Amino acid sequence: MITKLKHFTKGHKGIMRMACTMAIILSLVTLMAFALHDDKGKVVPLTNFVTVKDSLASVTAFKKVYRVLMSPRCMNCHPAGNIPLQGDDSHLHTMNPQRGIEGKGVFAMKCANCHQPTNTPGKNTPPGNPNWHLPPANMKMVFQGKTPYQLAKQLVDPKQNGNKDMKKLLEHADDGLVLAGWNPGEGRTLPPISHAEFKEAWTTWLNTGAYAPKK
Amino acid sequence: MISLNVNDKNFEIDADPDMPLLWAIRDLVGLTGTKFGCGVAQCGACVVHLNGEAVRSCVTKVSRAQGQKVLTIEGLSNNNDHPLQIAWNEANVPQCGYCHSGQIMSAAVLLREKPNPTDEDIDQAMSGNICRCGTYPRIRKAIHMAAELSKKGGITK
Repeated sequence: MITKLKHFTKGHKGIMRMACTMAIILSLVTLMAFALHDDKGKVVPLTNFVTVKDSLASVTAFKKVYRVLMSPRCMNCHPAGNIPLQGDDSHLHTMNPQRGIEGKGVFAMKCANCHQPTNTPGKNTPPGNPNWHLPPANMKMVFQGKTPYQLAKQLVDPKQNGNKDMKKLLEHADDGLVLAGWNPGEGRTLPPISHAEFKEAWTTWLNTGAYAPKK
Repeated sequence: MISLNVNDKNFEIDADPDMPLLWAIRDLVGLTGTKFGCGVAQCGACVVHLNGEAVRSCVTKVSRAQGQKVLTIEGLSNNNDHPLQIAWNEANVPQCGYCHSGQIMSAAVLLREKPNPTDEDIDQAMSGNICRCGTYPRIRKAIHMAAELSKKGGITK
């Protein structure tokens, strides 16, 4: 220790060397913070995102997220096939409307032909939103049938999540169609937790490293 | 007052902005070719074109149509001679006829976007239009027929 102190006091060069070493260490820590890890340690690089990694908190938060995303209000528009789902039992949408290239239906069966900018009054009438649509045909963002592990991995992969980086993912909690899940119109159950609780879980999951559960 | 353009004519109507477009068309504009079926966008009898799209006028608020272009069955052609109307007549498609203005308006969007539709295209386009008389085979036949007719005359709407 005394030797080290002597070394520091030897002059300006020693201080500079120490500062450079610290800067390199800090840069490495920051770079690590810009990446996401799954439970197998694979790095998923992300930008504009600083995380305090906590795999336990992350996976715990994702359990809440998963329950919401797999509820009818979210999953019905993220079907495995090309026909949206409908109702609390997630049956195939009556009339078999098709996804179409842009996710907005085809020919005389486009989503907005029935789904208005706002909910239609009355029980089980078409719910509304100005941007009603499914994910597009070239990126279907399927929720239906996905395990927690599969869905978590999908959600943070820009090639499968609508080209969203971490900033956009965080913002997506307040997307108009996401919020519509909590305003589904008469005759439909709400997601299992409030939007505020969902947003907290979503944010926690992402900010603690977006860890994928093991299964 | 709400400004509507229906079949290329302008109308000023005194209506609640939340009034269904169907009500405005039938009761205020006075065009009764468009029919009320279910009132909840389930049957397709009330289909009209809003800026070219086959909307269900029973759940479309008149405020959504303000300043936009509405086309009803009465405006589809000048002399009931749209290829679909000719084909519908030739193939004797209707039985009771109640749903057919909606059927034709939906089929018109299909032919505009897919001039030579396959049976699968027809199924996808027409699956939201219900016919309680079960005229579906004749509807399909007439759409194919109209596709052939329109190759000669063209479809504009």
